[in-house]
Order: sequence, then C-alpha cells, then structure tokens
Amino acid sequence: MNTNIALVLVLAPFLGFLINVFFGKSLGKSVSGMIGTVSVVVSFVATLYFFMQINNTKQPLSIALFDWIQISNIKVNFGFLLDQLSVLWLLFVTGIGALIHLYSFSYMHDDEKMHSFFAYLNLFIFFMILLVVGSNLLVLFIGWEGVGLCSYLLIGFWYKNQHFNDAAKKAFIMNRIGDLGLLVGIFIIGNLFSTLDYVSLKTAITGATNLNTYWISIAAFCLFIGACGKSAQIPLYTWLPDAMAGPTPVSALIHAATMVTAGIFMITRLNFVFDLAPQVQTIIAIIGAITALVAATIGLVQNDIKKVLAYSTVSQLGLMFLALGLGAYEVAVFHVITHAFFKACLFLGSGSVIHGLHGEQDMRKMGGLKKAMPITYITMLIASLAISGIPLFSGFFSKDEILLVAFEHSIPLWVVASIASIMTAFYMFRLMYLTFFNEFRGTAEQKHHLHESPALITFPLIVLAVLATIGGIISLPFPEYNWLNGYLAPLFTKVATEEHGLGSTEYLLMTLAVIGGVVGIAIAYIKYNKQNTVPAEDAAITGFSKVLYNKYYVDEIYNFVFVKTINELSRFFRDIVETSLSALVFGFGKVTNEIGFYGKKVQNGSIGLYLFAFVLGLCAIVSYLFLAQQ
Amino acid sequence: MNNILNQIGIENYIFLSVILFCIGVFGVLYRRNAIIVFMSIEIMLNAVNLLFVAFSTYHQDAQGQVFVFFSMAVAAAEVAVGLAILVSIFRNLGSITIDNLKNLKG
Repeated sequence: MNTNIALVLVLAPFLGFLINVFFGKSLGKSVSGMIGTVSVVVSFVATLYFFMQINNTKQPLSIALFDWIQISNIKVNFGFLLDQLSVLWLLFVTGIGALIHLYSFSYMHDDEKMHSFFAYLNLFIFFMILLVVGSNLLVLFIGWEGVGLCSYLLIGFWYKNQHFNDAAKKAFIMNRIGDLGLLVGIFIIGNLFSTLDYVSLKTAITGATNLNTYWISIAAFCLFIGACGKSAQIPLYTWLPDAMAGPTPVSALIHAATMVTAGIFMITRLNFVFDLAPQVQTIIAIIGAITALVAATIGLVQNDIKKVLAYSTVSQLGLMFLALGLGAYEVAVFHVITHAFFKACLFLGSGSVIHGLHGEQDMRKMGGLKKAMPITYITMLIASLAISGIPLFSGFFSKDEILLVAFEHSIPLWVVASIASIMTAFYMFRLMYLTFFNEFRGTAEQKHHLHESPALITFPLIVLAVLATIGGIISLPFPEYNWLNGYLAPLFTKVATEEHGLGSTEYLLMTLAVIGGVVGIAIAYIKYNKQNTVPAEDAAITGFSKVLYNKYYVDEIYNFVFVKTINELSRFFRDIVETSLSALVFGFGKVTNEIGFYGKKVQNGSIGLYLFAFVLGLCAIVSYLFLAQQ
Repeated sequence: MNNILNQIGIENYIFLSVILFCIGVFGVLYRRNAIIVFMSIEIMLNAVNLLFVAFSTYHQDAQGQVFVFFSMAVAAAEVAVGLAILVSIFRNLGSITIDNLKNLKG
C-alpha cells in the first residue's frame, strides 16, 4: 500500500513529463497544461497522505524497491526514505510546485512551446522528489543532477536569445563544479562506511567509537562544496542571478523555492556527518554570513526587478547556511519553508508585473502600478513585509531564530547577519516603491494596457501570501507552541539545545531586529517614495554603487581568472601541443611514404639484381653465423 | 678407417665443394642466359651433395648418402619443371635472357 502510494507520488510528475514531451504538441496547450498541473497535484495529495501518517506515527517509512549496485562490500539499494524531513520538503516542493504550474498555465499561455515548458517543469518536480525521497546518497545524486539538467533546460527555455543560452550554460557549469565536490564527498563516505544509506550511515556513525574524523571532515567539506554550487553560495553563486533569464515561474519554483534549497536539504539530511566536523561547520557559517552580506549589498542597487529578487534569494540562502553552520538545522529548515512561501510569492508577483508590462523588467520604467494591479500589489507587499522580518509575518519568526542562534554563537556573525537583514528590508521596499508607487514611468502604450493579471495568476499569489503571513505558526518562539522543532527532533543526533524560554536578551534582540527592519523600510520610503528618486541610468552610476551595480565585478574576475586561463590553455593545446603531435604523426606517414618511393625502385623486375641481393643476403647470414660462433 | 678418405683428406673434398659452390654462385650472378644460370644452380646443388657424401663417409654414417639420393631426386624433378618453364618462356619471348623477364614486376 505505502509502496504503491510512494510510487504514485514519485512517478506522477514523470508520467506527466512523458505525456507532455511525446504528445504535448498534439494535445494542445490547455490539455498539456492540465496534465502537467494535475500530475503535480496528485503528488501533493500523496504527500499529504504520508505527512498525516508520519505526523501521527512518528515512524519513518523505508521503502526498498530493488537492489541497484553491488560492488565488493558496498551495496546500494534503490529505495525511498519517507521521514519527517523528506515529507516536509515534499510538502512544499509539490505544494508550491502545483501552485506554480497553475500560474504557468496562464503565464505561458502565449508561448508556442507551452507543452515543452510543462514537460520540463514536470521533469523537474520528478527529479526534485527523487532527490528528496531517496534513501541513500546515490538516489539523491540522481535527483541532484536531474534538477540541474531541468534548471539548464528551463533557464535556456527561450533558446533563441543567445544571452539566455549563455546563462543556462553558466548555471550548468557552475553546478558541475559543485557536483564534483558532492561526488567526491559521496565516494569518501562510501569508502569510510561501506554504505551510502542514510539510516545505516547514521547507525554506523552514532555507534562507532573511534571515527576517522580527519576524513569525515574532508568528506563534509566536499559535500559542502556541492551544496555551495546548488544553493548558490560564495564562491559559486554567480549563476543564480543570471538564471533569471528563464521564465518567471521557473525562477520562482527552481531558483527560489525548491532546487536551490537542495544543498540545505542535503546538509540537514547528513547532519550527523557535519556534527563530527566542527571546522567545516565554522566554514559553512562564515561562508553563509559573508554570502548573505555580499548578496544583500549587490541587491541594494540592482534595477532589474528579478535581479533584486535573485540577489535576495542568494542572501537568504546565506542566512540559512549560517544557521546550518551553527548546528541549528531546524532553524534553517524553518527559514527554507517560510522563504519558499514569501520568495515564491515575490517572484510570481514580479512575474505578474512583467506580464502586465509585456516583458519589461527594469524598475526604472515601472512605478504607480498599485492601482492597476491591486492584488499583485497587496500580495507582494505581504511577502515583502515577511522577508523584511516585520512581526507576525512568517519571515519574522524564522529570521529572528537565525539571528538568535547567531547571537548565541558569535557576535560578529550576528552583526553581519543583522546588517544583511536591514539591507534586505531596504532593497525589498525599494523594489516595492519603485514598482508600485508614484507615477508610471513607462511608455503611454504600456500605460494604456496596464491591467491586473488573470485569476490563474492571482490565485497562487493569494495562497502564497496567506502562507507567507501565517507560515510562522509552525515554529513559534515559545517551546510549548513550537511544532516544527518537535516534529524534526528525531532527525538530529544532538539533543536540541535546552529549550530556553525567551529571556530579556532575546526580547531585546528581537526588538533590535524589528527596529532594523523598520529602519530599512523607512530609508527606502524616504528615498524612493517621499523624494521620489529614480535610480540613475546605467552610464550615470558612479563610485561604490557602480562597483555594487556591477556585482563587485565578480563575473569579470571569474572571467579573467578562470575562463581566460582555460581559453589560453586550450589555445596552447590547440596551437602548440596538437600541432606538434600531428606533425609527429604526419611525420611517420611522410617518412614511410618516402621510403616506399625510393624502395620501390629496387623492385624493378631485374632478376639479376634479385639474385645478387639473394646471394648477398645469404653471405651476410652465413658470415654472421660464422662470426657469432666465435 | 680403411677407406678412401685415408688417401685423400676430407679437407680436399671441402675445398672442392666450396670451389664448385662459388663457381655456381658466380655463374648465377654473371651469366644472363637462363639455361646457364640453371646449370650453375645445379652445380651449387651438387657441391652440397658432394659435401654430404664426404661427411657421410667421414662419420661412417649412411644417413648423409640417403639424403643425397633424396636431393638428387628432387633436383631431377626441379630440372624437369624448370626446363619446361624455360621452353615456355622461349616460345613466348623468343629468347631466354633473364634480362627480358621483367614482366614479373608487380
């Protein structure tokens, strides 16, 4: 029974993919969209079933399908592990996935390749589910690579634009660098413990007495590199902002809510490994904090509405990694969930705006959309309040917990994270004011066509806005009302740090964070609403903001250090190594040819000459034998 | 050891057969008439036969003599075939100078 439902859960999107990819064109847009959406809804329903069951029984379900690989002493099963973590992840992957399918139904309706869009989207959901439910690291790796592939396909969905293709390739290659780390990490773990199965790994690690912590640390670090690539952390984050080239539903689903959280999922899944490597945890925390700050500063000055959200995503992911590095896995998971709600809402809202403006993404050409698009405005406002950490919205609780954890462990990290949060509030409301307030700055033509998006677009927005508002209740800062921590507790080996009630320090910190958020909003209000500043044209940007606007020139630096070097190297190989190698090979041919040319003159048919050569050869052999005897 | 080798030493047989062989070799190399080349080859063959017989007697072993019979039989067959080929060449080309046999060139 459970096995069958689990198979339905996993295979429904895959079936949707198969139907859409083979028959989508002939089925027509509406039917293919419907199939795509329904298949994800089916998965969502199946997930709900498992969620109810596991929430009641508190027993993880292990579903073994078949033996997959057996090499010497390593045996890998193909199976699923449905426990608290994976079911939670599935809930928002399939839930938000279903909403975004619904949204795409309307958003992509004018696109001639709508069926393949839904096919890729379904394939993505399938691989994401596989990544999450896999019972061992190899199944996770299949999903991991699969979502990377789908991300590539969807970023480059409008493949006729070469810039979009480049962005897709960049995302794919950057991810590949991380994936190498992940793979090496998996190999080391397989070598150390002879198993890749989560449950047996946990048993092996918790039961062992003398663990080889040196190699475990290296494995943890390699896995972290993999997570860095997938979850866009420094130094592998530059692909995510470029990935905004894809259609907006893709940005919302893959590059905000689900795929980029795969790294966090993997680290949470292997928390018992990371707990053994405190140095690596420190690195994770520091990288997370730096990423949060750097991405937030870049987000301050971006003018492309999706780029702002992209850097905001990187920044928020950084905060999650900060929490992971400090061992507060449940806090990171909490922020993943609330972030999925409000960031998906923001992206879908920006998609609605872009849709309304017929493809315009530059905020300098927006403004005053409040009246024309009230639902989009209100939902995005709610999501912005949530991400800025305004009390009672979901983001407040999750961000506050991260800041609290950071404060407990290290003041500098807390300061960095707080600054990043203040900046978040600022750039989010900069986005809001530039987009929705004051006068419209686009063309009269666009102004004439301004309209609220259709219901299929606004419905997911409303649902997500509601979730972004109330999402915080799953983990309230009072131990007795904290459902999430209790739910996730069986996953973690460490006994959760004793549940402390909120002391005066915590209240102070909370107040500080809220004040910070309000200050960020206030600055944005004064600058972009009161004074009605419009960001300068690209050419007029100077000073430090130019550095920020150009993203610290990281792309240029990478280009110079890596791409140029590799290009030079390949030029060297092409011009020097290959040339000399082929000269060598051709040389052999030429010499043989020459020998043949002169040698054939001997074969002139003169019997006298043959006989002479024959006698000479005989004499040579005889004299050799004669001499050799001596 | 009461045989002919007591009167004439084995080394004389060796010298004779070497001389015969060399005559054969030079005949093969210098003459252009196919029949003469053929005869020279026979001389070489017989030089070897002579050596066989001489050593056979020297070692008091009949094997060498048996071998010579075989080789003479084979040589006879070979001569028959060779001469037949030569006749056929003469009919086709009107001469048996080996310089004319360049048609063998591939």
